[in-house]
Amino acid sequence: MDYNKFLASEAQAIPPSGIRKFFDIAGKMEGCISLGVGEPDFKTPWMIRDAGIKSLERGKTWYTSNAGLPEVRREVSNYLARRFGLQYDPESEITITMGGSEAIDLALRAVIDPGKGQEVIIPEPAYVSYAPLCRLCGGVPVPLPLRPENGFRPDPEDLKVRISPKTKMLILAFPGNPTGAVLRYEHLLPIAELVKQADILVLTDEIYAELTYGRQRHVSIASLPGMKERTIYINGFSKAYAMTGWRLGYVCAPHPLLEVMVKIHQYAIICAPTTSQYAAIVALRDCDESIEAMRTEYDMRRKLLVNALNKMGLTCFDPEGAFYVFPSIRSTGLTSQQFCEKLLYSKKVAVVPGDAFGAAGEGFVRISYSYSIAHLSEALSRIEEFLKELKQGKA
Amino acid sequence: MERILGILEQNARLSVEDIAAMVDMTPAQVAAQIDAYLQAGVIKGYRTLIDWEKTDEQRVKALIDLKVSPKKDHGYDEIAHRIALFPEVESVMLMSGGYDLSLTMAGKSFQEIAMFVAMRLAPMDDVLSTATHFVLRTYKKHGLSYIAEQKDERGANC
Repeated sequence: MDYNKFLASEAQAIPPSGIRKFFDIAGKMEGCISLGVGEPDFKTPWMIRDAGIKSLERGKTWYTSNAGLPEVRREVSNYLARRFGLQYDPESEITITMGGSEAIDLALRAVIDPGKGQEVIIPEPAYVSYAPLCRLCGGVPVPLPLRPENGFRPDPEDLKVRISPKTKMLILAFPGNPTGAVLRYEHLLPIAELVKQADILVLTDEIYAELTYGRQRHVSIASLPGMKERTIYINGFSKAYAMTGWRLGYVCAPHPLLEVMVKIHQYAIICAPTTSQYAAIVALRDCDESIEAMRTEYDMRRKLLVNALNKMGLTCFDPEGAFYVFPSIRSTGLTSQQFCEKLLYSKKVAVVPGDAFGAAGEGFVRISYSYSIAHLSEALSRIEEFLKELKQGKA
Repeated sequence: MERILGILEQNARLSVEDIAAMVDMTPAQVAAQIDAYLQAGVIKGYRTLIDWEKTDEQRVKALIDLKVSPKKDHGYDEIAHRIALFPEVESVMLMSGGYDLSLTMAGKSFQEIAMFVAMRLAPMDDVLSTATHFVLRTYKKHGLSYIAEQKDERGANC
């Protein structure tokens, strides 16, 4: 049967995620070690798991209200105020979603008019879902290449020339996957000015906000003067609390925007998983210390990797957030794809080629440090051997 | 400073250079600190965790609870020190609760351990009673699973 006539052309046209490619091969390879995952290796803190179990024991197995349990929204509001100085009204400005992923989809669907050539500026290298979801909504993704010499932060001049009358929204995802780049207050300020001048929206995906290293806390663009009213703020539980499988996130936005998103959310999924919502109350209220413990562990691994990779000649700028390092592999003379392929077949180490995150990622690879020190050490020594053999022309 | 100990406790084979990077110190500083820990007896040594059950080697492990009579002026220390002198005994700990000293020891057979308890420990003047528990199977030790390896179930999604 010819299924092509049934399938939507745009859905067929979007490429499959480039993160997966090498892992499907790696999964079947005996003795292969991966540095590819994008989720914490920690288990969800016991206290949170227990709250989920207790809710099941009490028989809390119904749908919740569309926007989420009032108590979770209240705790989100408290949490955002306590940790990031953000003020959102739990009644009218917060909705609990099925992971940050659903929130991204909701925001794009609520904002883009299909087929009118409306543009969304996406700094790249970026997490793989923004551009495909934008296209499925009938929008036009406009890549904003991030340059390594700027620490993979958007250059305001580069942004300025990409804003057009058709621009609807700028997506910011910092701390960034795959680069680990963060935006401090001084980097956000000129971006906020441009956004206000151009009168466009910002979708800020701050899923890695808690994983910011060094002394300075993460700063949200929503906290800058005049920005809350034009920002759709997305965060979630996956990375900070090691809760990827619970599928829980949230979106905060001015009520007129949020109202439309809740409408779509209601028709598409009704509500976020109830068990996960009950667990989230405990996470938000009682688990600041768990976040800190995991962050400290990530930070040590991060330093171990950055130091070792730089010594091997894979230069990486200091990634100050998330749990990825993004070293340049240009010194090897290989493309990202070639590098990953050779490394996989000769040393059985799987990393993600930088171009999986957009053309601007070419010449880099993404290495996750969401692994134990022993695992990382083994992988590092294999990479070192690989580089030596490359130099000697053996690999 | 305790961060170095925390790292070594989990992974004794990391190089001084790696540890230095992880704690923002120079390799020389880390080496000096580890040296100081050794001198002070904080670091007692480095060993390998082995699952002997996976080898052909016959080994039996036992936990032995001892009730002893404490001595005036010396409390439990004297008897504990004397027991610690036996090379067969791996560890000696003073416990709260139903008995006084907890020993662990390893031998080639149940018999060997049982004989040691009967011939060497039980007859000691201050030992009131002994209870020997043989280890039948180890599931987890030193924070590591000794049963099946936990597989990384994570996929590459994000």
